[in-house]
Amino acid sequence: MSLSLSILLTIALAPLVGSILAGLFGRVIGRAGAHTVTLLGVAIACGLSFYVLYQLVWGGAQNFNQDVYTWFEIGKLHASVGFMVDRLTAMMMVVVTFVSLLVHLYTIGYMADDPGYQRFFSYISLFTFSMLMLVMSNNFMQLFFGWEAVGLVSYLLIGFWYKRPTAIFANLKAFLVNRVGDFGFLLGIAAILFFLNTLDYQTAFDAAPTLVGKTLQITQNHAWDAATVIGILLFIGAMGKSAQVPLHVWLPDSMEGPTPISALIHAATMVTAGIFMVARMSPLFELTDAALSFILVIGSTTALFTGLIGIVQNDIKRVIAYSTLSQLGYMTVALGVSAYSGAVFHLMTHAFFKALLFLGAGSVIIGMHHEQDMRYMGGLRKYMPITWITMWIGSLALAGTPFFSGFYSKDAIIEAVGESHRWGANYAYFCVLAGVFVTSLYSFRLLYMTFHGKERFTVEHKAHGHGHDAHDDHHDDDHGHHTPGVLEHAPHESPWVVTVPLVLLAIPSILIGFFTVGPMLFGDWFGKAIHVNEENNVLGELAHEFHGALNMGIHGFTAAPFWLAFAGFAVATYVYLFNPSIADKAKRALKPVYELLNHKYWIDELYFAVFAKGGVKLGEGLAKVGDAAIIDGAIVNGSAGLVQRIASGTRRLQSGFLFHYAFAMILGLILLLGGYWLIGQ
Amino acid sequence: MITLSHYIVLGAILFCIAVAGLFINRKNVIVLLMAIELMLLAVNTNFVAFSRFFGDVGGQVFVFFILTVAAAESAIGLAILVLLFRNRSTINVAEIDSMKG
Repeated sequence: MSLSLSILLTIALAPLVGSILAGLFGRVIGRAGAHTVTLLGVAIACGLSFYVLYQLVWGGAQNFNQDVYTWFEIGKLHASVGFMVDRLTAMMMVVVTFVSLLVHLYTIGYMADDPGYQRFFSYISLFTFSMLMLVMSNNFMQLFFGWEAVGLVSYLLIGFWYKRPTAIFANLKAFLVNRVGDFGFLLGIAAILFFLNTLDYQTAFDAAPTLVGKTLQITQNHAWDAATVIGILLFIGAMGKSAQVPLHVWLPDSMEGPTPISALIHAATMVTAGIFMVARMSPLFELTDAALSFILVIGSTTALFTGLIGIVQNDIKRVIAYSTLSQLGYMTVALGVSAYSGAVFHLMTHAFFKALLFLGAGSVIIGMHHEQDMRYMGGLRKYMPITWITMWIGSLALAGTPFFSGFYSKDAIIEAVGESHRWGANYAYFCVLAGVFVTSLYSFRLLYMTFHGKERFTVEHKAHGHGHDAHDDHHDDDHGHHTPGVLEHAPHESPWVVTVPLVLLAIPSILIGFFTVGPMLFGDWFGKAIHVNEENNVLGELAHEFHGALNMGIHGFTAAPFWLAFAGFAVATYVYLFNPSIADKAKRALKPVYELLNHKYWIDELYFAVFAKGGVKLGEGLAKVGDAAIIDGAIVNGSAGLVQRIASGTRRLQSGFLFHYAFAMILGLILLLGGYWLIGQ
Repeated sequence: MITLSHYIVLGAILFCIAVAGLFINRKNVIVLLMAIELMLLAVNTNFVAFSRFFGDVGGQVFVFFILTVAAAESAIGLAILVLLFRNRSTINVAEIDSMKG
């Protein structure tokens, strides 16, 4: 049996309908109406996605690959809208719609008093639609459409509070940095069209082996291998979307957006689009060791060095943002060693625990009346127990504690890197191992600074208000009017619409790795969706040593990553729980290092000075020279000026005196006749 | 013996006097009209002379046409002159320069 097209169409279009209703008719249907329609749309999509996954895995359904609609045709170029649904897609669909559903639910609580309530629901539903179009696509054109659409929604949501200058700066930055990546991505798609003459996935993958030996003359004297060029260009697109060094700078700034979208877009789904894309294109990437080495080096650099920044951040959301960067680096490393299913597996587990951490952070922010600085938190565990426990679960999963979901995916990646012989694998192995320590350090630092230790805030009851309703006043755009560390009311646990998603995400954060690691990672679960050459199959090598999830977990206690994570835990515990003064001493002792990390390696400053300022200078120069001087000065005003000069010369001839005109006529007659006479001679 | 060339020279002299009248005269529009008449007469002289020379009557017929048209033209010219004087109270050529660009 096969999947039905109408189900797939419903999955993709239900969120779109919800988005349109909430966005265009938000005033008519009101707040409750807006969250009802969008929640319903995403719930339908989520339920049907689970059904599709069930059909594919247990129902024996065939993979679905069919064009639905012809978008446009230009000569031989045929762009269509179509769906390719196999297990890889179905898994992504489930992750996207499930996290999206919980985020919708959570948003009801988080944005309860925001004036842009309907707009927000419209955007996140639109995002769900775009992301589904991206993952369900069966051709590069639709992939690109989804790619750009999620970028657009990300832009809209980062700048959701459009009255804040920082948010506007952040969304512009995100948009511009993504343009760099998208430029490479578009060139990659163009290269595929050029060499393989098709935009359809299946046709392109079938024809991929013909790429071997083909070259592209980009620079003089050197012919580039076609597969490598395609691989690197496509990966540049992934670097933008999945925030890999050096295009990572937009992701931390994207935390200017509301917390639910940080969880949905900038942690769980959109940023993993690059990972998904590379996994989907595995038949192309398998042709080129050079591009995979490039991916490996970029990924491992991201994994370690962005994690280090996370240690010195004080904004709770920024710590998690840098953690996201680091984990995306891990996924990229897995791609680089051809462990595509490892990357996708980590993508899935990460989606759950990172969404959990972000939503937990959002819950803390609500509880603290919109305070995000961890230096003014501490001891929150007795005020918000559910958030506290779920955040612990998420952090344990993130740090790779055995039996938690993050352990299986991260450990598999580390072992796969150790197994690989690809160029750069040694460097990557060092980075991912060191990254484990760093991950654990910043995760537990966050937990201790937020939930444990002394309370570093004071509660000042004001005369006019009491109870839990007054924190709503802070929902407007101006959060800066209160003194840091001084709260008007005691912190409190969040409402059920916030805590239920936390609990629902905590369950897969613990369990999903245990149950899926065997088939997804070491079995043939993905089937033909992911193609790995025999000589690159590091996961296949590892599969020989795999004896069930339980054994893997027990074995995990004796492996290096666990002890590194434990070392991170121990350091964090000692420094941030028992002896907080050490942190300040260390900060002073290692001032250069601290400054380096605190300024994020000065990459932002560099980009700002070189690219942003350079761009502005270039624009100003072009405006002055190109537009004002050449176009306006020489061409437009120049031609007008020339006519004027000629005219002012000739108008002197027109004296207005009749005898001058008569003289000119006779002179002309004489010249004419004289001319004829001369010719006649 | 008066030959054809005498008539042509006469015509040329008349024509040149007319042209000189057009240029040199800076005072009076009526003189301009007279100069134009003189120019036509110079042409007429040539027509009649050649008509006799070639024994073709056509040239003399043409002269009648020209005289007729010249009479009409003078009438119109004088009418314009009257209007000009009425409007500008002068017929001084040097002051009439409203066509200046």
